[in-house]
This record gives sequence, C-alpha cells and structure tokens, in this order.
Amino acid sequence: MSDRVKSERRLGWLLCAPAAIAMLAVTAYPIGYAIVLSLQQVDLRFPDEGGWVGLQNYGAVLSSGLWWTDLFNTVFLSVISVSIELCLGMAIALVMHRAIFGRGLVRTSVLIPYGIVTVVAAFSWQFAFAPDTGFVNHLPFIADDKDWFGERFSAFSVIIMAEVWKTTPFMALLLLAGLTTIDDGLYDAAKVDGASAWQRFTRITLPLMKPAILVALLFRTLDAFRIFDTIFIMTNGAQDTQSVSILGYQQLISRLNLGLGSAVSVLIFICVLVIAVFFVRVLGARQPEGSR
Amino acid sequence: MADIVLDHVTKKYGDGYEAVKSMDLEIQDGEFMILVGPSGCGKSTALNMIAGLEDISDGELKIGGELVNNRAPKDRDIAMVFQNYALYPHMTVRENMGFALKLAKVDQKEINQKVEEAAKTLDLTEHLDRKPANLSGGQRQRVAMGRAIVREPKAFLMDEPLSNLDAKLRVQMRTEVAELQSRLGTTTVYVTHDQTEAMTLGDRVAVMRSGVLQQVDTPAVLYNDPVNLFVAGFIGSPSMNFIHGQIRGDEIELPFTTLPLSDELKRAASGDREVIAGLRPEHFEDAELVGDHLGEGVTFEAKIDLVESMGSELYVYFDAGSDKADRVEQAASEAGLEELAGGDSNQIVARLSPESSAKRSETLKLWVDPERLLLFDPDSGERIRAEGGSGDAGQ
Repeated sequence: MSDRVKSERRLGWLLCAPAAIAMLAVTAYPIGYAIVLSLQQVDLRFPDEGGWVGLQNYGAVLSSGLWWTDLFNTVFLSVISVSIELCLGMAIALVMHRAIFGRGLVRTSVLIPYGIVTVVAAFSWQFAFAPDTGFVNHLPFIADDKDWFGERFSAFSVIIMAEVWKTTPFMALLLLAGLTTIDDGLYDAAKVDGASAWQRFTRITLPLMKPAILVALLFRTLDAFRIFDTIFIMTNGAQDTQSVSILGYQQLISRLNLGLGSAVSVLIFICVLVIAVFFVRVLGARQPEGSR
Repeated sequence: MADIVLDHVTKKYGDGYEAVKSMDLEIQDGEFMILVGPSGCGKSTALNMIAGLEDISDGELKIGGELVNNRAPKDRDIAMVFQNYALYPHMTVRENMGFALKLAKVDQKEINQKVEEAAKTLDLTEHLDRKPANLSGGQRQRVAMGRAIVREPKAFLMDEPLSNLDAKLRVQMRTEVAELQSRLGTTTVYVTHDQTEAMTLGDRVAVMRSGVLQQVDTPAVLYNDPVNLFVAGFIGSPSMNFIHGQIRGDEIELPFTTLPLSDELKRAASGDREVIAGLRPEHFEDAELVGDHLGEGVTFEAKIDLVESMGSELYVYFDAGSDKADRVEQAASEAGLEELAGGDSNQIVARLSPESSAKRSETLKLWVDPERLLLFDPDSGERIRAEGGSGDAGQ
C-alpha cells in the first residue's frame, strides 16, 4: 500500500468517525446496556436488592405463558397486516404507475395516511369504532351495539385495519420504485409473445420486482413486529391483544423491573435479527437478478 | 406465412396529430419490406399498428387475408424484434426464446427442440443457459432474432434491430439477417432510418415522410426513378445534387453548363420554365477518363474546392456558382430534406474514378451524362416526367 493510499484511508476513517461515534452512542451502547441489565436483578421498586443472576430473567420470560401469547399476537398481527399491505400496496403501485392524468395528485393523496402520527390515527380509528359514539356501528350490516374492543379477534381486526390504513402507502411507494425500473418494452415483447395481462403480471412484473418486494416486506415486517402505538391506544393489551413490545414496556416502565424488561427487549431484538437474516439470506433480498 | 395489406391505415392521436396518414401498402407473402424515413416519419408507428401495439384509428389491416384491426398482438401470430431487444432479464437465453411457445402451451420437449434448432442456426448453443446481462450486444441481438424465429410466425416485424450495434457488427448482422430471411422465406417488415440498410436488405422499400408514404418500389427503382425531391434526396449516399435550372427550348441551363434534354424530358418539360435539376455524384466523371463515351455527354470546367479520397473512389466538391441557390434550398427544405449533398445547395459533389488527377484549387474538366438528368418542380417538389412514361425504370 502506497503512502498516498494509506493517508487517504486515514482521512476516510477520520471523516466517518463523528457519524460512527454518534451511531455507536445511540445504538450499540443501549443494546449493550440492555444485555447487561437483562443478566442482573434490577428492580427500581427494590433498589437495594440486586446482583448478577445469569440467565434467570430469560428463564422467567420464556417460561411464562404471557410471553408466548404476546409473541403469537405479534406474529399474527405482523403476518396478516403485512400480507394485506402487500396486496393493496401492489394494487396502488400499479395504479400510480399507470395513472395518466392527475399523477401528482394521486401520489400525494395516497401518501396522506402515512403522514399522520400513528397515535393520532389510532385514536381516530378508536373513535370510529367506539360502540356508542362511533360511526362504524351505524353502517348497514353492522350491529348497532357491537363492542369491537370487547373481544380478542374483533379487536385484532380493528388494529390490523388501522395498521394497514396507515402503512400501505409506504409499501406502495417502495413497490412503485421497483415497478418503474422495469422497461416498458418488455411488456410490448410479452404482448407479442402472446402473454395475457395476468401472465404479463405474473411472469414479467413479479419476477422482476422480486428484489423490491423483498425489501418492502423486510422493512414492513420489522416495523410490524415492533407494533406498539396502535395497540397501546386501542386496547392497551386488554382481551389478550398485547404485543411483545407492550410486554416489554409494562415490565420496564409500569413495573420498573429493568432486569426482566431488558430480557424481553433483548428477545425482541433477537427475533428482529432472525427475521432480517431470514429475508436477506434465505429469500435473497439483495441485488436484482440479471444485473451485475 | 402470409401477406400483409394496409388499406388506408391511419394513426391519429388524441391531440389531433396524425402520425400515419392513410397508408396503403401491400406486402407480399415472403417479401422483405423495408419502411424507411427520417425520425418521426411514422414508420415505427406503422409497424406498431401491424403488431397490434398501437390501435389503428382508421383503415383496415389484413394479415393473411384476415382483418386483424381489433385483434390483440397475441392473436395476430406475428413476432417482433425490438430496437433494444427487450429480452427478459430474469430468464435465460433458452427461456427467452421459448417464452412464446411456453405461453402457447407447446410441449416442453418440442420447445427444447425448437429452441436448440434456432440456437444452432444463430450460433447461440453454448449461451443457452446464460442470462441476457452476461451476453454481448451482438449475442443479445441474436437472441432477439431467435425469440422471433422459434415461433415460426406468419410475419417478422423488426424495429431498427441493428441500430444498437457498432458499425462493424451492424454490417455483419445485416448480411445474416438477409440470409436468414431468404432461407426462412417469412414475410418481414423491417423499419430503419438508415438508407443503406434499406437499399441492401429489402426486396422492396417503402419511403415515408411525415406520416405519408412517398414511394414503394425496389431499391433500384427508388434510386433511379424517384417520384419526388424527398425520395431522390433521401435515397443514395452521398445524396443527389440539386441544382437550379432554367429550361430554354431543347436545353436546360445550369449555372455551370448547359445540357441537352433527352427526348423524354423534352416531352415532359415543355416550354421555358424554372426547374430543379437532380444529378447523382456518380453521373459525373473526369473528362480525361471517359474515353469513348466522351461524345455521349457534356464536358465543362469546374474549380475544385475539395477532394476526398476513399481509395476506391474520389469525391470532388465544386461550386455550382448559382445565384438562385436559396430557391433550391427552400424547395429541399419544403420537401423535408434536412441536408443537401455537400452541405449547402451551391456545392456539387461528383464521384470520380481514383485515377483522376483532380486536385484542390485547380480547374478540372468534368464530364456529365445528360441522359441521367432528373427534373423536379421547384414548387411542389414532384418529379417532372412525360405522362404515361415511367422513365428509365429499373435499370
């Protein structure tokens, strides 16, 4: 390595340093500290008791039925809402891509839900579905006295709907970006080759959009797995609708049991890591095929 | 295989712009037809209408005797080769070539056999399992051709298929395309803006300009007997010289000489009138080298501005010395010709034998063949010819 290359490298590191240090301070440090806490008995209600307990906190979390119920809830909510978002998002992306007039208007208006704060959106939907004052129960075919938040799966359906309403635009935008990279000439070629509209979609659009779809799914799944605001506002975990994030919050903030709460957080972190690795390694959410 | 008939086919867009105006064209079964013209002349639109990728606003399109105006591209049994090849990037060469057959639910064994056959013809066998991104431009072009030929369609439609290749490869592929077409005998419509491709490939060539079909004929007729200034100027390289001329009796006065009119032109251009004379560069020669033919032509002296030697021939530029050059320029631009031979209307290009002693800034005795003279009306740009006579067509 010549001196010039060496000094350029050193300059490169120097220029990256502020950003790298800031990132480490706000991500690596809290993660590390959470791991440290999860291995201790730390409870702010009993500040005098404490000390290293090894994996005891993890044992407590993993052996409790609550963790597994909450994990099921979280996975259920994630899978259903991301699936619906993918289908709707794809439809909206196709419409936005093909829109001939009012393109800007369509794209802007589709994005409005994504621009609304999640808590505000959750409140709006909660009011809409409130059994006494909400408008939903006055719609035809819906019982006037239906208590949406009084039962587990009807509460889930409202939560999923609010999530879908809010984040579909994000999905649509990511998919639109993938859609615009496909050469229109391929569709002409496919038309001449005898492909119907559906075949053009399944054999040209979908395979060529695979990278964009996987990236969109990865982003949204990670996001959905950490669901908190909507549930917190709508049910606060009642009727067995609690997610793992709510569980962690309750342990940490409500019960002030930092050791147990940190163990929950670390487990969530591991789940997210597993999802990310699954997408990148198994499904290959990396380079688009055919391009080098 | 089938013939393709366009009957008053018109393409009109929503804003009223007519890209193709009432086009009549009969393409015979097995014929290699070229659509040629400058960019924006409507040739690609015409091709897309035949393919079914663009709606036909008016008129009838028949393929193999069947009216296909309202049929989707997939029901027209045509194959198309696109300018950018439009190969499916996620499929291998084999899958690309077999895609249409697969959609048609042909047996996989038969698909493989046909694809391998086509690959053999096109020298692609060793690349069958590669993706298009890993192929060179020429190979991709061949895959695009292969995708068309495995289908054994009624017709091939080719939209500037060679224009993305470099010059050398283009000439090579031109020969291959011509060979392939004559071997398969499939009706082919080929769009290009390159008049050399048009002249060398086509059985017949249709020249288009601003959505209007100008002339359809064999390359030789287009070259020797163009119907108007546009066709005369567009076909041939270097292009035809246009010179302002005045007819007086049996003669035509050109700025640099006076030529006798042939019997046919005498009949055509009766009376003294203003014309635009067209002379191709090769109809001039160094008077020293004409030999026995000297008496058949007219000699004159010209001061040479520039000599370009191509080795096999010499291009000699001299000043026409016309004071009415702008008249010619105006007529040419009205006819849609963007460039005139030699760059401006007062410059004449002559193609001479390489033995010529022509030198820059010297005066040279030139010979011209008056029999080859073409006359055009300066106002309409139409060819002036005897009624009923078609000139010396087809030589």
